[in-house]
Amino acid sequence: MSAMTKNLLSKTLVLATALTLVYFTLFIGDDIANNLQDIWQLISGEADKYQSIVVWQWRASRLFSAIIIGAALAISGAVFQSLVRNPLGSPDITGFNVGAFTGVLIAIALFGNIYWYSVVGAIIGGLCAAILVYLFAYRDGHSGFRLIIVGIAISATLTAFNQWLSLTVSLETAMTAALWSAGSLNGMTWLRIMPATLLIVALMGLALLLNTRMKLLEMGDDTAAALGISVNKTRLIIMLIGVSLTAVATAITGPISFISLAAPQIARRLHPQKHITLVGSALVGALLLMSADFIAQHSMQNATLPVGLVTISLGGLYLVYLIIREGK
Amino acid sequence: MTQQSSQLSAVNTAETKQAALSTQSVTLAYEQNVIAKDLSVDIPHGKFTVIVGPNGCGKSTLLRALSRLLVPQSGEILLNGENIHHQSTREVAKKLGLLPQSAIAPDGIKVIDLVSRGRFPHQKWFQPWSEADQNAVELAMQATGVIDYAELNVDQLSGGQRQRVWVAMALAQETSLLLLDEPTTYLDIAHQIELMDLFQDLNQIQGHTLVAVLHDLNHACRYADHLIMIKSGQVIATGAPNEIVTEEIIQQVFGLSCLILADPVSNTPLIIPRGRKTAN
Repeated sequence: MSAMTKNLLSKTLVLATALTLVYFTLFIGDDIANNLQDIWQLISGEADKYQSIVVWQWRASRLFSAIIIGAALAISGAVFQSLVRNPLGSPDITGFNVGAFTGVLIAIALFGNIYWYSVVGAIIGGLCAAILVYLFAYRDGHSGFRLIIVGIAISATLTAFNQWLSLTVSLETAMTAALWSAGSLNGMTWLRIMPATLLIVALMGLALLLNTRMKLLEMGDDTAAALGISVNKTRLIIMLIGVSLTAVATAITGPISFISLAAPQIARRLHPQKHITLVGSALVGALLLMSADFIAQHSMQNATLPVGLVTISLGGLYLVYLIIREGK
Repeated sequence: MTQQSSQLSAVNTAETKQAALSTQSVTLAYEQNVIAKDLSVDIPHGKFTVIVGPNGCGKSTLLRALSRLLVPQSGEILLNGENIHHQSTREVAKKLGLLPQSAIAPDGIKVIDLVSRGRFPHQKWFQPWSEADQNAVELAMQATGVIDYAELNVDQLSGGQRQRVWVAMALAQETSLLLLDEPTTYLDIAHQIELMDLFQDLNQIQGHTLVAVLHDLNHACRYADHLIMIKSGQVIATGAPNEIVTEEIIQQVFGLSCLILADPVSNTPLIIPRGRKTAN
């Protein structure tokens, strides 16, 4: 099979999976839609109120959230893997998402559960985690590998800190924290996802704008500087964008692992020249989180799992594979 | 290519009196670790300048400073008479190219794509790839003889070919000045000579001002118009190899006892180390 047909085939397969997922996520269930006519009525707005609300208010907003959050996490992962020049250098390994969640918890404990406070808290928390990792990993410059090891340590510390925080705050806050600590799309509404979407889309635009510079930085600091890039300034801005993407996503859903780590790497394998592109990563990330959330909603008879639980289980396996392969 | 070289030669005749690049009593240091104090060197226009010296003498540090990657703690670096750190790094990138030692080729990148990255300083936000960009990339690949591999992956090439691709990327930048940090390291002798010949062509035919840090003294003597010999962060001798390379100066700079003959091919100094075993 030629490389081109193989490429076309894999793209068709991915698209078909995505469409099937969208279809089932929206229309599954006897009391929602039994046949094409029911679905047409839902789409054209002629279905009755209950079904419309279930599909367009509850399910569609949740599906949309999975897509946008998945894309945000994936781009954040692609950005950091590029900066650290290592496939393990992703924000869910180095604990930036756990840091963001610490920020959310502190914001909730101090000000109550207010939307923008959580978002800002998440960004500050994520940045603090990033600064901690960079400071502790600094020794005559940064090696990608040391950043990752230090990141894993910071991540573990912050997870413990988050648990301690949950134990000391009020019961209400602790309940909210528990709800989110695994990362979940439960109870997502359009009202909740839309403001974050605006921010995420803006950040994605910035990331795309800086994409060329990111690629030049991958060739080494000296090479990038020789081509006229202010290396430290550019790296700082790109890092801010990457942390913010993870942080905003975390503020909405809690820490969801694995998407940032895996999406860019899967996108690379699907790319004909084996490149990591931001758009490719975003598409794969969206598809991954969509699939994971579908599993989370439908794998248990009477319960909905937090989607973070699904991604972390899949991610654990993938991480083991990656470490074995890197170690060779 | 003719248009480019005529432009460059016009620049050269206009500014021959002034050094293309110079350091004015700079102090170079990595944090507390001072490498050079009160160091002044001139890089003459249109020449092939080679910097040599023992390991750790500060020659690579000097090259980093000349290419604005290292900010001097005191003193100034002048590019065409202007302080290099008062110009935007992107403006400098249009005048001065660098082939660093540490360049990393991204996985699976094609030769033409890597060379195209050299156009970055000439491109603006949202500006599409222009004909000028295309021409510069093609000329650079022709000059370095990598045009036949344009569509191949960089990882598929041999060490010598790969190094020529990096040179092509720097050439696509269309700078009159080109700085090379130990460009022949890790290459076998045939590829070293091939690359040095390429640099000579770039200098003599295309009119680039070249500065290279080299380890091989005999290559330095054969190819350099202008030699800068450094020891412990200080310039010991500077000038044409035929004028400055003597047994005494090699002893002084490298602590090496040697014999100097005229290279039968190029009539430049040829350094024959005495070593221990052959001492008379």
